[in-house]
Amino acid sequence: MTPHRREVVKQLLEDRGELLVIAGLGSTSWDITAAGDSPLSFPLWGAMGQAAMMGLGLALAQPRRRVLVITGDGEMLMGLGSLATIGVQQPTNLSVVVIDNERYGETGMQTTHTAHGVDLQAVAKGCNLKACPTELSPLRKAIHEQAGPNFAVIKVQAEKIPLVLPPREGALLKARFRRALLGPEADSV
Amino acid sequence: MWPEAIHRELGAAKIRVVGYVPDGGHKRLIELCQADKSMRAVVLSTEEEGIGLATGAWLGGERSVLLMQSSGVGNVINALGTIKECRFPLVTIVTMRGEEGEFNPWQVPMGQATRTVLEAMGTIVHRPATAEEVAPTVNAALRLAYNSYASVAVLIPQRVIGIKSFQEQTSQ
Repeated sequence: MTPHRREVVKQLLEDRGELLVIAGLGSTSWDITAAGDSPLSFPLWGAMGQAAMMGLGLALAQPRRRVLVITGDGEMLMGLGSLATIGVQQPTNLSVVVIDNERYGETGMQTTHTAHGVDLQAVAKGCNLKACPTELSPLRKAIHEQAGPNFAVIKVQAEKIPLVLPPREGALLKARFRRALLGPEADSV
Repeated sequence: MWPEAIHRELGAAKIRVVGYVPDGGHKRLIELCQADKSMRAVVLSTEEEGIGLATGAWLGGERSVLLMQSSGVGNVINALGTIKECRFPLVTIVTMRGEEGEFNPWQVPMGQATRTVLEAMGTIVHRPATAEEVAPTVNAALRLAYNSYASVAVLIPQRVIGIKSFQEQTSQ
């Protein structure tokens, strides 16, 4: 039985500890918020296609922290080149997990390329990212422990579910993330 | 030379991440950044990725700079909306094409629109007039961006770069 996206994301973020999380526009931003909003989450309300690259920038800046990008299939498709860029840099602390419902969820549930045979896991493999287990418990462990760059696709049900919205203001999301990560110094750097 | 002078400014400003799309005008500066152990040079598959890279690095507490050609400015327009909404600092150093003495007509439309496009998306544009002005202008852009949380682009004029033909570009 194909799982529900909210249940998948909730399990992946269980006991997240010091994990830093970037979520792509849009359903995955609501998913991580439903799992419990945190200042160490950066849910994107725009910038479609940028989530994986934000994860790379963060992973390079914070080599001692684990970084997780959770994004949708449509968002990942808009930034396929970023997988090649991540493949060159080989950040060992970065994981990218695609929550794949084969739909553009915010715009009317139109099918994405992954509904028509496009294989994101194969693209990531070709870009030298490392495959992870797709069972949730081992995947969660890999996100925290496996040397990356890691990549996984989790197929989920295509369903319309209630929005769970994080704070909307970009400057606020940025400032709270930096303060939570860097402490008071964040304001004077 | 102005690429060496820019590299010194980047080092002094503690720039740790350099995102770039290869460009003839930036060839020397890219080589200097690649050889600098205090910097991580990140080759991008398209300029838009550099905005994500810069924002992620800043979330993690590091300063970055983005190198591109004027044609690449067209590839970052929507992503600059994130910079504006979140007030991320950003420094973009753009080597200009499609202006003084251009030899490839396909470069002209984007080259002529570069400043307008950047300003339309809230980026402050600095343009040094001579090679001597490049380093002080980059210095000012770095301070404006990182002290005032601004998006600043430095446009290096085609006249300063000085490549006059396709043959010259490919043989450099």
